[in-house]
Amino acid sequence: MTPIRKLGGFALSLALLSTSALAGEIVLNSDQSDPAPKKAMEELIADFQEAHPDITVKWNNFDHEGYKSAIRNFLTANPPDVAAWYAGNRMKPFVDAGLFEDVSDVWEENGLNEELKSAAASMTIDGKKWGVPYTYYQWGIYYRKDIFEEQGIEPPKTWDELLAASAKLKEAGITPFTIGTKALWPTGGWFDYLNLRVNGYEFHMDLTSGEVPYTDPRVKAVFEKWAELVEPGYFIENHAAIDWQDAIPHLVQGKAAMYLMGNFAVATMKDGGLEEDQIGFLQFPQINPDIPMSEEAPTDTFHIPAGAKNKEDAKKFLAYLASPEAQTKMNKTLGQLPVNNKAEKPEDPFLEAGFEMLSEAHALAQFYDRDAAAEMAKAGMEGFQEFMVKPDKVDDILERLEKIRARVYK
Amino acid sequence: MTEAVYQKRVSRRPNRLKLAPWLFLAPGLLMFLIYVLVPIVESFWISFHDWDGLGAMSWIGMGNYIELLDDDTFYVSLWNNLLWLVLYLLSIPAGLAVALFLNQNVAGIRIYKSMFFFPFVISQVVVGLIFTWFYAPGFGPLSVFLEWLTGDEIAILADERYVTYGIILAGLWPQTAYCMILYLAGLNNINSEQVEAARMDGAKGFSMLWHVILPQLRPATFIALVVTVIGSLRSFDLVSIMTAGGPYGSSQVLSYFMYEQALSEYGYRMGYGAAIAVVLFLIMMVFITFFITRMLNQERNT
Repeated sequence: MTPIRKLGGFALSLALLSTSALAGEIVLNSDQSDPAPKKAMEELIADFQEAHPDITVKWNNFDHEGYKSAIRNFLTANPPDVAAWYAGNRMKPFVDAGLFEDVSDVWEENGLNEELKSAAASMTIDGKKWGVPYTYYQWGIYYRKDIFEEQGIEPPKTWDELLAASAKLKEAGITPFTIGTKALWPTGGWFDYLNLRVNGYEFHMDLTSGEVPYTDPRVKAVFEKWAELVEPGYFIENHAAIDWQDAIPHLVQGKAAMYLMGNFAVATMKDGGLEEDQIGFLQFPQINPDIPMSEEAPTDTFHIPAGAKNKEDAKKFLAYLASPEAQTKMNKTLGQLPVNNKAEKPEDPFLEAGFEMLSEAHALAQFYDRDAAAEMAKAGMEGFQEFMVKPDKVDDILERLEKIRARVYK
Repeated sequence: MTEAVYQKRVSRRPNRLKLAPWLFLAPGLLMFLIYVLVPIVESFWISFHDWDGLGAMSWIGMGNYIELLDDDTFYVSLWNNLLWLVLYLLSIPAGLAVALFLNQNVAGIRIYKSMFFFPFVISQVVVGLIFTWFYAPGFGPLSVFLEWLTGDEIAILADERYVTYGIILAGLWPQTAYCMILYLAGLNNINSEQVEAARMDGAKGFSMLWHVILPQLRPATFIALVVTVIGSLRSFDLVSIMTAGGPYGSSQVLSYFMYEQALSEYGYRMGYGAAIAVVLFLIMMVFITFFITRMLNQERNT
């Protein structure tokens, strides 16, 4: 044996040694820094280890905001075996850069194509699955039931009814809608829903994947509907100065009556002093009866980085995460909806309403800032915010967005 | 033999004299090279590329700069940086005024001095938050006062007309404190004989300040100017905390714009961010060159 060969043999045995040391351990990076998600995650890991006693999970929990930049570093420098991220175009940069592992086989082997059907489209890029979704939540209009009753308003089902209800509230000195646009993304909810109702899900996907110019008359039509609420002053003033949480006191104090938000806002409303029977949930009203109703349901997911060392056990983890039992338990703690359609339905009235709405939905959109490319999303939502302050500048805004679209999706 | 050794020693001595300073400088120079010079060169290099920080870099020459010239946000940032530069300088006279006011011997003056210095000690993030609440529509003291005064609610941080001024005002608070400390130190070193002499010649009030005190404070003024100008161009923390460049990008400054393009959740355009960094660097270089030549001239003259 030549010295070189010896060295090679030594290196090989060392490599074998290190993998055997690693077998049975998976490193998991995620950003469940809030109390409820953290607890859900702890339970999930404990249950998984019980079901697979030969595998231990080493969990690195990151701060929610810091995670977004940390993931870019650790995926290339020191990839874990499992990493948390989001569905839709949000995961596309990592898929394109070859940093995520194709997990279509996990879907195949565990019958996930059936059980996770509602989220299958948003996990697919180039015909392959790139991760496993475990939770989502609905968006919709949360309203003050008691105020509606006082004013004799029925929950609106169509756009005209919504306008009539808004006019009535405004007359009574109540601003119809509260919103806080400082962090920009709440504007995306409004644009998405108007777009989903005016043009439909397919158009939403075409627009967010950059195939339609922003100067298209169909985009303009969305803003025309939006202007019907902005121009009469149906949104609270100075919304650009406040965050989404700061918009809730308006609702609690009865200065505003409706809030287009994700279901997570209910907890904050209750903390603010609203009773459960004061809060109502309604689906965003229909605008064009020919367009099937689609909804927003941002989905949280887990992925296997391409550089993971223990992919075999990581896949076992994803399979476990996808199971109805795991999703039922996790989402009970999270207060959100399980993606697996065999999982138990939640008991919370708002989640129940959301579950029903989402199961009848034509399609699920992720959210403007997850479906559109990140750069486009930022510029787009800045434009939406500007529109909500200066609706007459709509043409300038759309031209600017079109310029950015042409560059981002070249 | 001894002669030769002596010769060698003598010939080595100048070498030692040449070498020693470099040895002492080496650690500092190495740090400077690694953490300052190399990143500057790298920024220039990256600014000629299209790069998302993950994939391959592709050379686009001046592409980023051409795009920058066509970017409205860039001009908004430049204009806001100019506003910052000009208005931030107000902290120098303000600092001087406070320093003159506090430069007296009354009981407890140290407490007053430290209270005036306090805003500089606390983090910029805290300053930003305090002012955000101060301006907050609905419950902020200023907004309540303005509503009482004008009958209209004005949300300073949500109004593109006032937002940059609002942030600069928040920035002036700690910066004034800093200038004040510089001037207080300077006032301690005032030559009392000159003041006496001036008083004998009948100098009083403003003419005393202008002709006798201020010339003696020139070193302090110079440092205050340097720090304030550089600080105004680096304004980042307050913009980030108070508005994140909003509403709709109207309070952007170059440093935040760079961060947003290169490093924020929505950006990761390293090349474009680097191009902004280069522009900011060149603007700063104008001032830095001016300051350094002045400093060198002064050293040479004394």
